[in-house]
Amino acid sequence: MLGQHAAEDLLKRALRASHADDTQVVITAQDAFLTRFANNIIHQNVAESDVEVTIRAVAAKRSGTASTNNLSDEALAETAARALAHAHQQPEDPDFPGLPDPQPIHPVESFDDATAGFSPDARARAVGALCAMAREKKLNASGAFHTLAREIAIANSHGLIAYHPGTSADFQTVVTGEDGTGRAQASSWQVGAIDTDAVSREAIDTALRAQHPRPIEPGEYTVVVEPYVTDDLLQMLNYTGVSAQAVQEGRSWMNDRIGQAVMSPLISIWDDGRDPAGSPLPFDFEGMPRQRVSIVEAGVIQGPVYDLRTARKEGRATTGHATPPSMMFVSGPMALNLFVASGDSSVEEMIRSTEKGLYIKRFWYTRPVHPRECVVTGMTRDGLFMIENGELTYPVKNLRLTQSYVKALAGVQAVSREARTLMDEFVGATRVPALKIERFNFTGSTV
Amino acid sequence: MNDLLMRAMDSAQQRGAQYADVRIVHTVSQNLAVKNGVVDALNMDESIGFGVRVLAHGAWGFASSRDLSAAEVDRVTDLAFQIAQASALVKQADPIDLGPAVTSRGAYTTPIQIDPFSISIEDKLNLLLAADANMSKVPGVKVRQGNLVALKERKWFANTDGALTDQTIVEVGGGIVATAVGGEEVQRRSYPTSSGRQQVTAGWEAVLKWDLPGHAERIATEAVQLLTADRCPRDIRTTLILGGDQVALQVHESCGHPIELDRVFGTEAAFAGTSFLTPDKLHNFRYGSEFVNLTAEAIRPYGLGTFGWDDEGVPAQSTPIVREGLFVGYLMSRETAPLLRLTSNGCMRASGWNRIPLIRMTNVSLEAGTWTLDDLIAATDDGLFIETNRSWSIDDKRYNFQFGTEIGYEIKNGQLGRMLRNCTYTGITPEFWNACDAVCNADHWVMWGTPNCGKGQPGQVAHTGHGAAPARFRNVRVGVV
Repeated sequence: MLGQHAAEDLLKRALRASHADDTQVVITAQDAFLTRFANNIIHQNVAESDVEVTIRAVAAKRSGTASTNNLSDEALAETAARALAHAHQQPEDPDFPGLPDPQPIHPVESFDDATAGFSPDARARAVGALCAMAREKKLNASGAFHTLAREIAIANSHGLIAYHPGTSADFQTVVTGEDGTGRAQASSWQVGAIDTDAVSREAIDTALRAQHPRPIEPGEYTVVVEPYVTDDLLQMLNYTGVSAQAVQEGRSWMNDRIGQAVMSPLISIWDDGRDPAGSPLPFDFEGMPRQRVSIVEAGVIQGPVYDLRTARKEGRATTGHATPPSMMFVSGPMALNLFVASGDSSVEEMIRSTEKGLYIKRFWYTRPVHPRECVVTGMTRDGLFMIENGELTYPVKNLRLTQSYVKALAGVQAVSREARTLMDEFVGATRVPALKIERFNFTGSTV
Repeated sequence: MNDLLMRAMDSAQQRGAQYADVRIVHTVSQNLAVKNGVVDALNMDESIGFGVRVLAHGAWGFASSRDLSAAEVDRVTDLAFQIAQASALVKQADPIDLGPAVTSRGAYTTPIQIDPFSISIEDKLNLLLAADANMSKVPGVKVRQGNLVALKERKWFANTDGALTDQTIVEVGGGIVATAVGGEEVQRRSYPTSSGRQQVTAGWEAVLKWDLPGHAERIATEAVQLLTADRCPRDIRTTLILGGDQVALQVHESCGHPIELDRVFGTEAAFAGTSFLTPDKLHNFRYGSEFVNLTAEAIRPYGLGTFGWDDEGVPAQSTPIVREGLFVGYLMSRETAPLLRLTSNGCMRASGWNRIPLIRMTNVSLEAGTWTLDDLIAATDDGLFIETNRSWSIDDKRYNFQFGTEIGYEIKNGQLGRMLRNCTYTGITPEFWNACDAVCNADHWVMWGTPNCGKGQPGQVAHTGHGAAPARFRNVRVGVV
């Protein structure tokens, strides 16, 4: 970690190193730790410390970027020169929005000293407790406990400067028995908010109940899904169409549906970069304040998230959702702190109200098949159970799903009061409840 | 750099490590992207750092840093020991056996003809803009994309056995994509392959061979045609001929991953999953038909899995994986191989200085058969020919899979017929490969690159190679969507 003073000093040094018409500098610094375990032992245990400086140089309506993790004046000058050369070596881009002027950024607290200072021993003891519980039940625990401290800072030659420190912690486990598994996860920017014993008990309980699964015929079923599944529904919607870029290119599930009641009135989805219930970051990677954006309101599609380029195309203001240039698998604006509104039910109530259906803990390896309809294929995993006459009756062998997530959310019949925060290494955080969905399509099964 | 390597190793030995290794990695990557006639991205990323891995107190620790000062090497080595000590609170009862000592020494550089970093940005952009211009000739294409990648990674490695290696890996990548939108349909065509680009260990000469501008108008035309093409027949069983790049993806997902021995032993259970290829199946299981021969190697030209030594210093080598359908080999590491009374075949790689090595595919390839593609189609009465991946999903043991391709053609009476859109197929891995009854010959065999293979926590993205030619499979369920 650099600290605010050192981070801002580095921003200014990088700006001074540039001879471009305009310059933007983004710094990402992190100290990250992860303790990984499998077969009831810690088998991988790692630490990383890095600082990356990305310089965007602008020459008229052209821009180029270059990055380095060498913080010397010499390296910054070389990187700035490289970025400027990139800008000069290309034709003008008529849609380049330019760098913005500063706007007020309201800070949000998401740095926790205890998380930043969480020791390898402390992680190991939590993992050890889980492994002991699993061993006692003749089960096998695997998973990871990660804690990290990260700083993001941005400045440009228009006087914009912003800095945000944050922490995150995530404890997740898959517990394996003879022929069934269970999983649980908890995430927070405060490691003290994670009850590792509760996560352990959840995964172990599911694993015990998941033994000796029976095969069933694929087909359409009513489903009660845990927040881990809702997280996947949300991330797939995000990936295939919450970006204004996807809408403008005509490939989003939102196309021709904005303003229409397409989902259940029980479903409201929004992105709020400043909400500390998720993983907040008050500004985006153009230095613009993150706005709260309503994506679905009581089932009615509201609209996407924007960055400066996509906003300029529509003559509107950015919503502050620009992503870093180096973000994997993503281009264009993206929601990174997503929420689904809670309801007035519970998983137990949803199960009791179901005559025949499936209770699903998790989806896995989901991939879009048809982006305009957000048709997704994937597998169930780590806990799948038959519901008959309001009770869980037996575990089921994993099924392959092929389903439009938009159509699935049209059939939501109940939403839980409780919600869970889940962080993803690549694409931010969600805070999501459990759902009961009237119809969900399964097209195959595994052996 | 050698001074820093030796400093870390000397410190580790003095502290009584059972084993330690250190990598210093310097990576430069250049990325150019063009979209609808304008430059969408033009950047160069440079990163350098080091990572120290220690086996001490019977457990592993790893720490890494960007700071290459002597003081930081000391701090990080010390931190790796602290982490190993913490790991030892929850360690295995049996000592970790790494097999025979690895003492490799030498240097390796990817053989190339033209350094891709010697080609000017203007020339690279002109290539992409020429392809873009050719795509723009076709009305109805909503998004035209092209990209080029050049990467140079220099890696210094040392271990406490006495190994000392210095490698420079060079890669190039490139591709074009045409996306057409109409009604409820979004159709895409890519060249040379999916995921935005083909990628190989080679110089600029490889990019020139791909001739991106020369294929641009064709793929743009196909993307538009797909909007109104007939749908793939729904839920039938038929004969399927997969194009070579789709076979490569099939090999990656349904063979490459389940033969990673760390997965087999459960170390990836929490994330990427396990494997149905349990050790009792080695030399004892019909993975595929007699026409199926799969090899893992790190020595063939162009392969993204080609190098001099892996990240444990084990030399590049070749391992048979499936021979005439029989399952005969795994991808292994120094720690996993002794569990089968074998020695490592050099499959450990880390995605950068800040990650530990994991077992990763090298080049896992389906060996060429005897057919020409024309003859294979002519010998197929009724079926589909499909190519270029569009979607992929497989279960956590690598059994049940479902893939989709960008384009398909009906085969009737040995002739290619109507174009088909939204082709999908599904199956169970050993059933699918046992239904393979023909593989095309070396004239059709290409070393394809997968530059986006994810594994591990924290996540790592590996570059893997897969040589493949088109192949035929009988009685496959298609048209799932």
